[in-house]
This record gives sequence, C-alpha cells and structure tokens, in this order.
Amino acid sequence: MTDIAATAPAHGHADHAHDDHDHDTPGFFVRWFMSTNHKDIGTLYLIFAIVAGIVGGVISGMMRLELAEPGIQYLTGWAQFFDGAAGDVQGKHFWNVMITAHGLIMVFFMVMPAMIGGFGNWFVPLMIGAPDMAFPRMNNVSFWLTFVAFVMLVGSMFVPGGSGLGAGTGWTVYAPLSTSGSAGPAVDMAIFSLHLAGAASILGAINFITTIFNMRAPGMTIHKMPLFVWSVLVTAFLLLLALPVLAAAITMLLTDRNFGTTFYDAAGGGDPVLYQHLFWFFGHPEVYIMILPGFGIVSQIISTFSRKPVFGYLGMAYAMVAIGVVGFIVWAHHMFTVGMSVNLKMYFTAATMVIAVPTGIKIFSWIATMWGGSMSFKTPMVWSLGFIFMFTVGGVTGVVLANGGVDTNLHDTYYVVAHFHYVLSLGAVFSLFAGFYYWFPKMSGRMYNEFLGQLHFWIFFIGVNVLFFPQHFLGQQGMPRRYPDYPEAYAFWHLISSYGYVIMAVGVLIFFVNILWSLVAGKKAADNPWGEGATTLEWTLSSPPPFHQFNELPRIA
Amino acid sequence: MSGAKHHDYHLVNPSVWPLIGSFAAMVMFFGLVMFMHDDYFGGAGKWVLGLGFMGVIATFFSWWSDVINEAHAGDHTPVVQLHLRYGMILFIASEVMFFVGWFWAWFDFTLFPVPIEYVDGAVTSLFGQEGAEAITQWPPKGIEVIDAFSLPLLNTLILLCSGTTITWAHHSLIHGDRDGLKKGLWATIILGAIFSAIQAYEYAAAPFAFGQSNYSSAFYMATGFHGFHVLVGTIFLIVCLARTYKGHFTPKQHFGFEAAAWYWHFVDVVWLFLFIIIYVWGGWGAPVAAH
Repeated sequence: MTDIAATAPAHGHADHAHDDHDHDTPGFFVRWFMSTNHKDIGTLYLIFAIVAGIVGGVISGMMRLELAEPGIQYLTGWAQFFDGAAGDVQGKHFWNVMITAHGLIMVFFMVMPAMIGGFGNWFVPLMIGAPDMAFPRMNNVSFWLTFVAFVMLVGSMFVPGGSGLGAGTGWTVYAPLSTSGSAGPAVDMAIFSLHLAGAASILGAINFITTIFNMRAPGMTIHKMPLFVWSVLVTAFLLLLALPVLAAAITMLLTDRNFGTTFYDAAGGGDPVLYQHLFWFFGHPEVYIMILPGFGIVSQIISTFSRKPVFGYLGMAYAMVAIGVVGFIVWAHHMFTVGMSVNLKMYFTAATMVIAVPTGIKIFSWIATMWGGSMSFKTPMVWSLGFIFMFTVGGVTGVVLANGGVDTNLHDTYYVVAHFHYVLSLGAVFSLFAGFYYWFPKMSGRMYNEFLGQLHFWIFFIGVNVLFFPQHFLGQQGMPRRYPDYPEAYAFWHLISSYGYVIMAVGVLIFFVNILWSLVAGKKAADNPWGEGATTLEWTLSSPPPFHQFNELPRIA
Repeated sequence: MSGAKHHDYHLVNPSVWPLIGSFAAMVMFFGLVMFMHDDYFGGAGKWVLGLGFMGVIATFFSWWSDVINEAHAGDHTPVVQLHLRYGMILFIASEVMFFVGWFWAWFDFTLFPVPIEYVDGAVTSLFGQEGAEAITQWPPKGIEVIDAFSLPLLNTLILLCSGTTITWAHHSLIHGDRDGLKKGLWATIILGAIFSAIQAYEYAAAPFAFGQSNYSSAFYMATGFHGFHVLVGTIFLIVCLARTYKGHFTPKQHFGFEAAAWYWHFVDVVWLFLFIIIYVWGGWGAPVAAH
C-alpha cells in the first residue's frame, strides 16, 4: 500500500490554496438532511454511531450495576420506569430486553455505522482518489434507513414483548423464544428494525463495491489500493451475501409469529435449529464485517507511525480475502451444543481453526511492519498496539472455543462473553478509537489533545481489561451468560468486572472532553500532520478537505 | 460546484427522497406491526400501513424519475453507466442470497423429514411417540401435492418463452427497430401477467392451505416471494414500455431496459430452481391432487 508515490493533483483544484469550499456548501437542512456528499454522510454516520454507542454503553453500565452483587437489586425498579405496574417477572424480562438492546445496538448501530458508514464513507473515496461515492444519493438512503431502524428498535422497548415491555430475545433472536415465547408487537418491531438496517447495509455494500471497482484514480491499480480500502471491499462483499440470508430467516420468524407458518415450530414439522443455521450463516460473516475494517484502519496507522510500508502488502490483502471466504463456511461452531453429529463438529472445528492462519499472517505482518521502523507512539499508534495485543488475546480464546469438545463445556458461559468482547469491545472498538484519533485532524481540521488521547487510552485499556479478563474465570467456573443473578461463588469476579466498567467509563468521559475541547480550541491541523509515514491520498488534501475534492483526478505513479 | 470538474463522474445534487423514503419505510413497517397486533393498537394499522406504502411508492417514482431526467441531461457518461451496471448486478446477487435462505429451509425439511401427518386438514405430530417411524416421510403423510407436470410445467414454458421475447425486444432496440421493441415488451409483459394469473389460480386451487406444516410454509413462502418478484419485474417492464412510447432509449444507451431484462432473467432462473427442487423433486412420490 505505501509503495504508492502519491502525487498532488496537477492543477491544484482540490488543493487548500484553492480553498473555496465555503461558498458552494449548501444550507443547513439541505446539507445534512438531503446530502449527496460522502464526507457529510460519513460525519452523520459517526455522530449517529457515537449517540448509539452512548445508549448501548449506558445499558451495559446498568447491567454491570445489577451484576455487581448476587441477587436482583434494580431490575424491577427500572422496569417500572417503562411500566408503573411492573413486578418481579417484568423486572427479569427487562434484563432480557437490556441484553438484546445492548447487543443489537452495539453491532448494528455503533460498530457497523462507525466503521463502514463513518470511516468507509469518509476515506474510501479519498484514498482511491475519487470525487465521491458511485451512488451519492443511495449513500444517503443507507444512512437514513439505519436511523429509522434505530428509532424502530428503541420504539420496541415501549410495547409488550411477552412477559414485559420490549424484545427480550437476545440479539440472536432464537426461536422458539422469539416466536411462541414472545407475544406482543415488540419482537415484530425488532425484526423490522433488522430488515431496515439490513437493507441499509446491502445498499451501502453495493455502493462501496461499485466505487472501489470503478472509481479508482488513474494508476491506482487494485494491488496499489491502501489496505483500508481492501478491508472495506471484502467487508462489503460479506454484507452483500450474508445479510439477505438473515432477511429470509427473520421473515420466517415474522410469518411464524403472525401468519401461521411453522418454519421453526416442531409441532408443524418445523425446525428451531434451522433458524440457528440461517442466523449464523449470516452471523459469522457479520463478526468479520465488524472487525475487517478495523484491520484496515490498524494497517494504515501502523505503517504511518512506523514510517514503513506495510510488511507483506499482498499477503495482508489476500489474508483478508481468505478470512472473508472461509468466514462463510464455519458458522455452525456457534451451535456445537444443538446435538450435531461428531463428524459435523469435526468439520466445523477444523474449518474454524483454519481462520487462525490468515489472521496470524495479519498479526505477524503488523509486527514485522514495526520491526526496524522509525516508530512514534502517538495516540492512534498506541490504540493500534492495544488493538493488536487485545485482539490476539481474543483470537487465542477463539481457538480454544473452536474445539467442538471444549465448547461443550464453555458454550453460553462468560468465557464466550469474554472472548467476543476481547475481539469486539477491545478489538473493533480499539480500532475505532485508533481511526478516530488518526483521522480526526483530517475530518475536523483541528488536532486532538495528545495528552488526553494518551490518558484516554491507558484508562480505557486498564478499564476494559479489568472488566473483561475476570469473565474468563467466571466462564470457566460455569457462570452462564445472559443471567441477572448468580450464586455467591461468582460474586468476587463479578464485582471486579463491574469496577472495570467504572474505570472504562472514566476513559470514555475523557474521550468526550477531548473531542469537544479539540473541536473548539484544538490547534489547526496541517494537511499531513503525521509526516512522511502517511502516504495515502487523503493527506495530500487540505484539512478538512474541500466540499468536493479531486475535481482534477490525481495520478498515481 | 467548486471550480470546474474535470472528470466524468456524476456528482448528484442534494435530494430529499432518501429522507422521505426512509421514514415512509419506517411508517410502512410500523403500520404492518400495528396491523398484525390490532388487539393492542386498535384498527388503524391498515391505514398507517397504506400511508407508508404510498410514501415508499412515491419515493420510488420520484427518485427514479430524477434518475431518468439526469440520464437525459447527459449525466450518465460511460463510467456512470458502468456504475449502474455494477449496482444492478450486485443487487441481483443479494437477491439470489435471499432465495438461498428459502431454499435452505426447503432442503432442511426435505432431507430431514419429521413424523407429522395431515388428518382431516389438521397437522398432528407423532414426534417421539409410537408409530413415528412409519409416518416419517417427505412430503408429509396425508398431503396431496400439486402436479408438477401440469400448470407448473406450463408456467415454466411461459417464463422460458418470455425470456426469448425480452431478448427479441433487446435485439430490436439495438438495431433501431422501435416497433419490434414494443412488440417484444408487450409479449413479455403479457406472458408475465399470464404466469401471475396461473400462479394465483394455482394458490386458490391448491390442495393444502397456507401455513400449518413445514411443507406448505416453505412452499408458499418460496413460491410467493418468487411471485412477488415476478410482479415487480412485470412493473419494471411496464415502465420500460411506457418509456418506449415516450421515445426513451437509444440503440447505444438504454440501461433502464437492460436492468429490467436482467431482473427478468433472474426471476426466470429462480423459477427454474423452484420448479425442479420444489415442484418436481420436493413432491416426488406423494399423491397428486386431481384438477
């Protein structure tokens, strides 16, 4: 990737010398509600993801509060906030609503909008030297469909969903809990929320694939594309092929619930395990959808702050392709305990472990990139290093869980919770913060505060590790996931875990202080604040870039 | 916008349709939820559903009118036409994966039959009970299937025929034969309408009701979603015909027509799989309903 010798546009139309992006910027409503500009839509996505992240994060705080000690402390009171008549049962149902909302919000309305909608929109066109996305208007419908999907999901918390208000099915929406087990409109609203969010993502995926294939600047061959662009390309294909299967699966849920079909109802010959197959055929690619753009972001940052091209560029690109392809044939490792045959377990165990190979290529290539590099430990870099470390921990527990035999013991325990929070909450989220600090100067035109950025990193890093590492112990001791109450034996590590949340939350507060302070009073950012290590095209533009960049297409030597 | 652009890409003007369309979609789905739960929401669901649906239709109409106007204004340079081609192909790829989900359900039920039985139009399950072994078969015991080599075979021939008439229309268009284009489109639309009519008749006369069992659930939803796609494809072709009468499309630039033709071929191929897997293979060995 960094073997691109990017040259500034020949005639300088997009250069900051010609910084006339103010007089052609449309008015407020047209600019933010009718946008056809990839950077503005990217900004909308980022703001949306931050708001959704706050909602999802507050929900996890409520869960850690409840779990801080054995017994049920707060749930009934919280449920009464939505329904004054709520009792014990409604309180416990509210717990299920929280785990459902936390999962769905973090997956569909925080990580995906931030990674693909936010950074993908902002930087894929800039990095390939394109003036905008291929379908600028469709780009906007992706955002607004995501927005209304979120409204729909939040709305579901106010209508009946079985034994209380809201959808309490878990983000996986397994039948029969989601069919005969959840009367009332809440689960239907959650299903339509997923339909809307899925449609948004499919349209976005079409947009990214078309843009990346057809709008690369002259000389930007596919083997010269920055790795972030590669990562979004692979991610877009996963979205395009996985989401429609989820749409079919949840449409079957919908007709089972409301129109008398029996896809998942054994009384009519249906098969509840069919839902799990369909869901995880989508769900496993989905976890790579959440992490692959993070791989791309980290690759850019490691290279920039090591002042070296990425080690093994082609291997890095095709490792992502391999992860994407193999990701479609490992889904049943999420369902080892449904009663599948030993042969099937053997296949899915082996196939899952194969994924460790391309993932290992990535980890070692990042390390090799740093090897002998002229490194500087700016905030984006420390977040990326934290990413590599924490993602590796999550990857290693993933190899443990890949074993069908071992998983029989660990399935649905806190060990699994710890595993997927290490790869997502400490993997995907670390890469999001890394990307945010890396590109904040480019997007806003102002530098963030370096001290606050470092402080944010260390507090957050300590917080999430205190939060999630003890969950491995809880899982190995047999603590099941999705339970609001537990015996005394688990109390110690649960309390430590809840303390970890508080530390993490302090880190997030520092993040908000940092962005607000930097937006108002941050130092003006240069076109390229990172020096010679930052070789991709976005650093040849002004900070922030003009409303329309590359009116004269750049030529890549 | 700023300076003159020196590239062939299309920088689209701001548009309100994404915003309106998204909110209309939300209203439509919420109306459907209200409709499905009228005990909770009262009877207004169908009105909310209808309002949202009209909003979605209005968005499609206005948005694609804008696209057509932009094409006529010369915004669709060769590279922009290439974008549209990629977009349509990728959209069809995602549609294929949607049908994979329905076929997956069908294969699950077919390859792993369970002991259920139709008795007097109601489904009973002998799962885990005595006699389960004896009634474990596919299609489920007691069901009469639709004869694959009667109306479904006719429908197969109709769709295959319509695939040739749309190609006739396309070749006529390329060779500047507007009359042939109109005839080919008319023929395709009529064949599509006949297909839909036969399918509607088949549903009305089917020997098994919607729902109740895995067989009829998967049968109706898979063929029903295909039928929905046939309707959408027919509307797409009708739009192309109307545009033909308005003098749109040139031998060199007619992507709207091509997209409709691709979509039609996609619908055709899905039917071939439905016919072979659901009607022929999936009904093999079961008693056939008399017409």
